[in-house]
Amino acid sequence: MDYGGAIGLGLLAGILARVLMLRSDYRQYPTYPHGYSTHLFMGIFASLAGAVTVPALLEGEWTAVTFFLLVAEQFRSIRGMERDSLKALEDSELVPRGTEYIENIARVFETRYYIVIVVAAATALGAIKQSPLMGLVFGAVVFMWGAILTRVETIGETVEVEAAPVIVRGSDVLVGDIFIFSVGLKESQEFIKERALGAILTPKNDEGRDTLASQGQRQAMLHDAASILGVRRDADNPEFAPQAKRDIKTGRVAVYVVPMDKDQGLLLEMLRRAPVLESARGRARFVRLGYVGKRHLHAGRNRIGGNHPEGGLGGRHR
Amino acid sequence: MEVTIQKAVLAAVTDDLSKVSGVPAFLAEDDASRQKKALYLSRILQGAVHDLGNGVLIVVKH
Repeated sequence: MDYGGAIGLGLLAGILARVLMLRSDYRQYPTYPHGYSTHLFMGIFASLAGAVTVPALLEGEWTAVTFFLLVAEQFRSIRGMERDSLKALEDSELVPRGTEYIENIARVFETRYYIVIVVAAATALGAIKQSPLMGLVFGAVVFMWGAILTRVETIGETVEVEAAPVIVRGSDVLVGDIFIFSVGLKESQEFIKERALGAILTPKNDEGRDTLASQGQRQAMLHDAASILGVRRDADNPEFAPQAKRDIKTGRVAVYVVPMDKDQGLLLEMLRRAPVLESARGRARFVRLGYVGKRHLHAGRNRIGGNHPEGGLGGRHR
Repeated sequence: MEVTIQKAVLAAVTDDLSKVSGVPAFLAEDDASRQKKALYLSRILQGAVHDLGNGVLIVVKH
C-alpha cells in the first residue's frame, strides 16, 4: 500500500480507537459535550502523529523522531489539563471526587492518547508492509493489548459488599456495628432513620484490605454512589453527607449515605463496580516480604489474608 | 478558592452556661428550644450538630 493510503488508514484506526475509549459512564466524565469534542479533536491529532511517523521512519527521515518526542510532550499535558478542570469543579461538588480519584482519571486520559498513537502507528506499519487488512489486524491487536494493560479492577473483586441497617441509637448513628458519627438534632435523627442506607465492605484478602484503607478510594466510592443515587444534602446540612468509616479492629468499612433514591440494591451494585484507584491498589501481592512474612510470622492470619503462593483466597499474581 | 475554618467548634447551645467556656455559647433551658437554636446555628454556620450529652449541643465545622 502507498504511504498516503497507509497514513489515512492509520488515522482512521486511531480515531476509532479514541472514540471507543471515549465512553461516558457513571463516572461522569466526559459527559460534558465540550469535553467530548476536545478529546475527539485531540484524538485526531494523536492519531495523525502516530500514522505519519511510520512512513517517515521507513524513509530514513530521522528528524521525525524529534517531532515525535515533541508530540509526546504535548500529550503529557493532557494529564495536567484534566486535573486542573476537575479540581476547579471540586469546590462546588456536594460529594467531591477527592484528589486521588482526580489524579486517577487524569492518568487514564493521558494513557489513552498513547494507546491511540500506537494503534495508528501499528495500523500504518501493517498496511505498508503487508496489506490494508493486516494493518487493521495489527491495530486491533495493539488496541486489545492496550485495553488489557489498562484494565481497571473493581472493588467487588477483592471486597465483599453487603447491605447493613442504619441504626440511630440516641444521638449515635451506626451502620451495622460500626459507629459513624453523632447527630445532635432530633429532626436529623428522624430523617436519617427514615431515609439513610448502609453497606458494610469486608475485604476478601490483603489487597482488599489495603484498598479499603485508602481514604482517596473511599471518597471515590462515595462520589460514584452519590452520582447515581443522588444525595439528600445541601451545603448547610453536612450531617447528610455520605461517609465511609473504617472499623480499625477488623479493617471493614461502613458506608453511610442519605440518597434521593432509596435503592439498597443499586447502592451495593455501585459500590461493587467502583474502580480501584491505582494509588489504592493493594501492595501486598507485589512485595516479597508480604509472602514470607505471612508464611512465617502470621501463619494463623489467613482468614482475611491468605495471599501466599500456596493458595488461599489470594488475588491474581501479575 | 473559598477559605473556611474546619474541624472547629463554632458554637455551643447549653442549658447551663457554666458547662461551656471558650466558644460562643447560647443558653436554652428546655430541650425543644435547644434543638431549635442548634438547628438555626447549624444552617447559618453550615456546620453539623453533635450532642455531648448532659444538655450540651455543639456546632462543628467539618
